[in-house]
Amino acid sequence: MRDFFQRNGAVISTYLLLAVFFWVVMMIVLPQAYMLNFSFRHDLLPNQIGGPKDVYTLSNYEYLLFGRPGDEELFNYLHLTVFLRTIIASIFVTLLDFALCYPIAYYIAQVAKGGYARSMILLLILPFWVNEILRAFAFRILFGTSGVINAFLQTMGILDEPIDFLRADVALYAGLSYAYILLMVFPLYNAIESLDHNQVEAARDLGSPWWRIHWRVVMPHAKPGIASGCTLVFMLSAGALAAPQILGGPSSLWFTQIIYQWFNTGGNWAQGSAYAIVLLLACLVFVLTVMKVFKVSLGEIAR
Amino acid sequence: MSADVELDHMTIRFGEFTAVKDANLKIEDGEFFSFLGPSGCGKTTILRAISGFLEPTEGEVRIGGKNMKGIGPNKRPTALIFQNLALFPLMSVADNIAFGLEVRGVGKAERRKRADELLDLIALGDQGNKKVSELSGGQKQRVAIARALAVEPAVLLLDEPLSALDLKLRQHMRTELRAIQQRVGITFIYITHDQGEALTMSDRIAVMSQGIIQQVGTGTEVYENSQTAFVASFVGENNPFHGKVVGTEGSDALVDTAFGRLRGRNVRGMQPGQSAMLFVRPESMSFANGDAENVIESQVLHSEFEGSFFSVFLRGEGAKDIVMSMTNSGDLPQYQEGESARVAFKAERALVLPVGDVADE
Ligand SMILES: Nc1ncnc2c1ncn2[C@@H]1O[C@H](COP(=O)(O)OP(=O)(O)O)[C@@H](O)[C@H]1O
Ligand SMILES: [Mg+2]
Repeated sequence: MRDFFQRNGAVISTYLLLAVFFWVVMMIVLPQAYMLNFSFRHDLLPNQIGGPKDVYTLSNYEYLLFGRPGDEELFNYLHLTVFLRTIIASIFVTLLDFALCYPIAYYIAQVAKGGYARSMILLLILPFWVNEILRAFAFRILFGTSGVINAFLQTMGILDEPIDFLRADVALYAGLSYAYILLMVFPLYNAIESLDHNQVEAARDLGSPWWRIHWRVVMPHAKPGIASGCTLVFMLSAGALAAPQILGGPSSLWFTQIIYQWFNTGGNWAQGSAYAIVLLLACLVFVLTVMKVFKVSLGEIAR
Repeated sequence: MSADVELDHMTIRFGEFTAVKDANLKIEDGEFFSFLGPSGCGKTTILRAISGFLEPTEGEVRIGGKNMKGIGPNKRPTALIFQNLALFPLMSVADNIAFGLEVRGVGKAERRKRADELLDLIALGDQGNKKVSELSGGQKQRVAIARALAVEPAVLLLDEPLSALDLKLRQHMRTELRAIQQRVGITFIYITHDQGEALTMSDRIAVMSQGIIQQVGTGTEVYENSQTAFVASFVGENNPFHGKVVGTEGSDALVDTAFGRLRGRNVRGMQPGQSAMLFVRPESMSFANGDAENVIESQVLHSEFEGSFFSVFLRGEGAKDIVMSMTNSGDLPQYQEGESARVAFKAERALVLPVGDVADE
């Protein structure tokens, strides 16, 4: 501690400590603690707060699982399905992003040289200067029934009837994959870039076909980057709101949309908090699973 | 499979730049062959062309008589040991060695058995389960060799594999490499900028400069019968004397230099009137007594005691000193710094060569 003060001087040290404290407490601990607290309470009218009904309860979580007591269905199928679909679709989006980004990242990091690689990175970043909402609407235009893709396929004579990409959720998956693609490319790029190219050549020289080089040499080396990219894309997909709102089919909900409804139109913060906590836990489970599967530590992911 | 390696008029260009020019030689099956030359002369480029990582711009590479054009590095009967070894740090030592077998679909038990045999060969018998990072420099070196040998290549290519080691270990590994080569009996193609390594290990050496193979021969041939000024000055130490050929006598040529008329072997058949360089090695010179031929009158500048021998520096032509060395046999000649000295050499120990670039120290 004294070292820290001596190294950075009193003013800067105090500032750093306060900033970190503020960040951790105000941005991370307090809001989540509030949410957690909310999630175990009843949705009360203002005049009931502090009254006899103001007690802790698990009812908000029970609602997600079983629905309202006395419902004919045993479970709350509607919300559980949305939850599961959100998780599975996010995993799918993550895998899709990985499959798309790994070759690109490998190419930029190991094959392309110098200025060429830099211009490719720039090309990747450029679309993200346009804001998220605008990009989502652009995808609507691309994928709509009378959109660019359908129009093209119809003029080419490949399709007779337009395909409803929005209803089929193709637009949603494409939009989500596209929205978080950089968060996959950069961790992968960073990880692959640090691999000594001689190792790739050594594997090749020992007779290895290209897929085994990737499986045994490149991917093991890039594991922290893969884990970091996958967890980022998964969490942001599962927590996305704008893209599902704009690109989701009329009948398909994203779990965040339900949370949003609880907070907003439903006005039931307690219920919304419980749902949000469940989503947060699902994300944590995903991160821990990925860390376990890839045998990487949190420190390596953050690198 | 017979594994002679032929370079047939091979030229390699990177854009406008010619990295290897018209390399033309044959390396015999089972030979320990070295490419020796200063850094940047194109050695690695030749090795990469033999291993298949790049294709010659002109000419061809043949292994066992077969043109290798279009055959990738994973399909050639060669194994390359990289300058930085390029071991796989995330695999155990044994898995590194067995990687080539894994690629070939050899089962796990068999792989482990072969890896253990190779570990014995490189005297690391019980270290198979270690991580690569737990090994010392010399051990990593040997693991890289074992990993390459595991795929039973017909030709082993080594790119300055000892350059990262310290002097003692380097000298030890020289002997070891040579011994391994003799045990496995396959062709070794070795790259180095260190003439000591090339001379001690190789059956034959190709001396290179600026992409051109200057001379191919045994160690004694390139040392004793250097064919170009570059080879004479790069392999071992040599004293050059610039001059003009004024006559030939039998197999000798007479050259007029700044130190008078000197005689040397006319190995390149030079004619009177041509500019020439006469080379005399430090150990071929001695202080002259009486009126010997090939006498150089100069001035002692300083001397260096090196233990087993003794170097004396004399004022040469221009900025370069003349170096002579004498073995330390107990009674060293007496002289003073700054005093004039007469040194001489035998004509059969001097070479008369066409003027050419000399290696800079
Ligand atoms: N891929 C390449 N592109 C352009 N120039 C290269 C390439 N590889 C090597 N060179 C050039 O070719 C020359 C010979 O290189 P190299 O064979 O690595 O030399 P050495 O191994 O003898 O030190 C050097 O001048 C180097 O800069
Ligand atoms: Mg080299």
